[in-house]
Amino acid sequence: MTTIDAPVRTSSLTFAKAINQALRDAMTENDDVLVFGEDVGTLGGVFRITDGLTRDFGEDRCFDTPLAESGIVGFAIGLCYNGFRPVVEMQFDAFAYPAFEQIASHVAKMHNRTAGNVTLPMVIRVPYAGGIGGVEHHCDSSEGYYAHTPGLKVYTPATPQDAYWMLREAIADPDPVIFMEPKVLYWSKADVDTETPSAPVGQAAVRRPGKEVTLVAYGPSLPVSLKAAEAAAEEGYDVEVVDLRSIVPLDDKSVMESVRRTGRCVVVSEAQGFAGVAGELASRIAERCFHSLAAPVLRVSGLPLPYPAPMLEHTYLPGVDRILDAIDRLQWDDEPFVGDNRG
Amino acid sequence: MQTTVHDPAIEDLLPSARPVQLIDPTGAEVTQTGTRRPYVMPDADRLQDVWRHMVIGRRFDLQATALTKQGRLAVYPSSRGQEACQVAAVRALTERDWMFPTYRESMALVSRGIDPVEVLTLLRGSAHCGYEPMTHRTAAQCTPLATQLVHAAGTAYGLKRRGEDSVALGFIGDGATSEGDFHEALNFAAVFDAPAIFFVQNNKYAISVPLAKQTKAPSLAYKGIGYGVASEQVDGNDPAAVLAVMDAALEHCRSGKGPFLVEAHTYRMDAHTNADDATRYRSGDEVCAWLDRDPIARLEAYLRSRGLLNDDQANAVRQEAEALASDLRDRMNADPVVDPMSLFDNVFQSATPQVEDARAMVVRELQAADEVTR
Repeated sequence: MTTIDAPVRTSSLTFAKAINQALRDAMTENDDVLVFGEDVGTLGGVFRITDGLTRDFGEDRCFDTPLAESGIVGFAIGLCYNGFRPVVEMQFDAFAYPAFEQIASHVAKMHNRTAGNVTLPMVIRVPYAGGIGGVEHHCDSSEGYYAHTPGLKVYTPATPQDAYWMLREAIADPDPVIFMEPKVLYWSKADVDTETPSAPVGQAAVRRPGKEVTLVAYGPSLPVSLKAAEAAAEEGYDVEVVDLRSIVPLDDKSVMESVRRTGRCVVVSEAQGFAGVAGELASRIAERCFHSLAAPVLRVSGLPLPYPAPMLEHTYLPGVDRILDAIDRLQWDDEPFVGDNRG
Repeated sequence: MQTTVHDPAIEDLLPSARPVQLIDPTGAEVTQTGTRRPYVMPDADRLQDVWRHMVIGRRFDLQATALTKQGRLAVYPSSRGQEACQVAAVRALTERDWMFPTYRESMALVSRGIDPVEVLTLLRGSAHCGYEPMTHRTAAQCTPLATQLVHAAGTAYGLKRRGEDSVALGFIGDGATSEGDFHEALNFAAVFDAPAIFFVQNNKYAISVPLAKQTKAPSLAYKGIGYGVASEQVDGNDPAAVLAVMDAALEHCRSGKGPFLVEAHTYRMDAHTNADDATRYRSGDEVCAWLDRDPIARLEAYLRSRGLLNDDQANAVRQEAEALASDLRDRMNADPVVDPMSLFDNVFQSATPQVEDARAMVVRELQAADEVTR
């Protein structure tokens, strides 16, 4: 009897390497996929996400641009007219703001403005959020701006497997996608199956089943929510953790199913809470699950302040204790609700 | 200390010291002296073609202004007086070239061969863009200033990569040269040797702000030099000169020399839009002085003096223009049918559950309204 080795489908990859592999595989499959931005060529990007792509695919396929974010995004729009599929890097979250006019006025609206005649199958990769000790302008949670702009899809993977497959989907998507990469997760490592897709974008994932409380999280808030759920278990709470995976499209259905089962919900988001994604989720849950709720939906978020200097970020960021505190306030003993002041 | 440019690499970029002119305001041919590049009078048939399209363009523009007064258009930014820029620049292109217009380029779009009703769809308010950009190789009219120039740079680079002998032409006004995207577009196009022409219609005012408050540069054409972009300035009311400069720009781009910047000196005869009161910021004398530089009259005088245009031919073109205006009037006076459900058609190619929820809500609202009226 001969043994034939099964092809290697799964390997342990960091989140960063998974994105690199997704870019490689997309570029291999489709010559029209172009990667460009600041320092993405020879250097391989400041986070080395595009490491080796210029070497392996040539300067025509992965190239450095002038230092101008609006130009990068607008240039990508122009390339879409010729049938290219650009994947551009914004280097850091707050560095994308000069490109915001292009993103809000053209990337988001071109398909609509032209009655579907022009499609922009482009991906804008945004390394985002904090927890890495970065100085100012390097740690913004900017997902709310994009999610608030109709016409943009906003993905935010939280595992290497999702980083790989969601980027593959983003590149294949005929709609423009803002691909939010939690910087703090770049070095996290897990098995990635590059042959079998995980759940399609638009479906949330239950990362930890539980019966008494639902934590809704995404991107950088997923690991801290999972840690909080473990800690809560020690205090006797059975916590379910739902990972949204994408903010647009939003999987209302899975979130609501979980909350209706558990009857209690805390939304966790690293972005400051006021007028943000967490507030949107809390509102949607209250509207749809009102009669299933045993307590008001609470938000645990970053503080309503500019992202702080590195030595203060752990006070700013929603951590395990802040999540546990919220869980404690979910009216377990029919005590009057004590509201928070984060909104 | 007086400095003189002697570096040939820089001299190749420089515009002519004065705007290129081939026909003076009286219709007389100008003897070329001192231009940076050799410019020759375009062939008679091309000049006749441009004159015809300018006459049609102006009649279209007047009709659009009238339709605004009748409430048929939400707003209309006239380009009367800028016919030489809009028409000659477009007529110099081939169908394979791309065009990136602003909201003021209605006349250019008509000259491009797009149905005038489709050109006015944006301004009528029944949809955003009435024509098919991919079919016409003409991007949707752009309202944010200069943003479409980076698209033109990207498209031009894409054309080059695809091995096409085509060029992307982006239009802007003088005010838009202050926007960041103008500079990013020139820089990107230059760095990537993209075959893009940036055509600045310097019509002297950005709404009410005169050029002197817009820039300290002696000429907007000089803005190309810093980016390594070959530049030229042209009399924007001289259709022959605009054609000749566009020919040079197109040849420059098609031969792989990268982008080209054109500053066309012209004048906006009407206000910024029908909603603007131009008497607040400019004098009647100034406007009258520009009447003497009318591009249509100028080319007509030249053509007639050469026996290239007679009364019969001129009348035939003017009748053609009247017929176009009449047809436009009739079709614009018909109330457009706008399907409210079209709101949801092209937000995403694959609609999100949230868009589907909104669609279902509007369906319910419309059904309820329908029951009330029944």
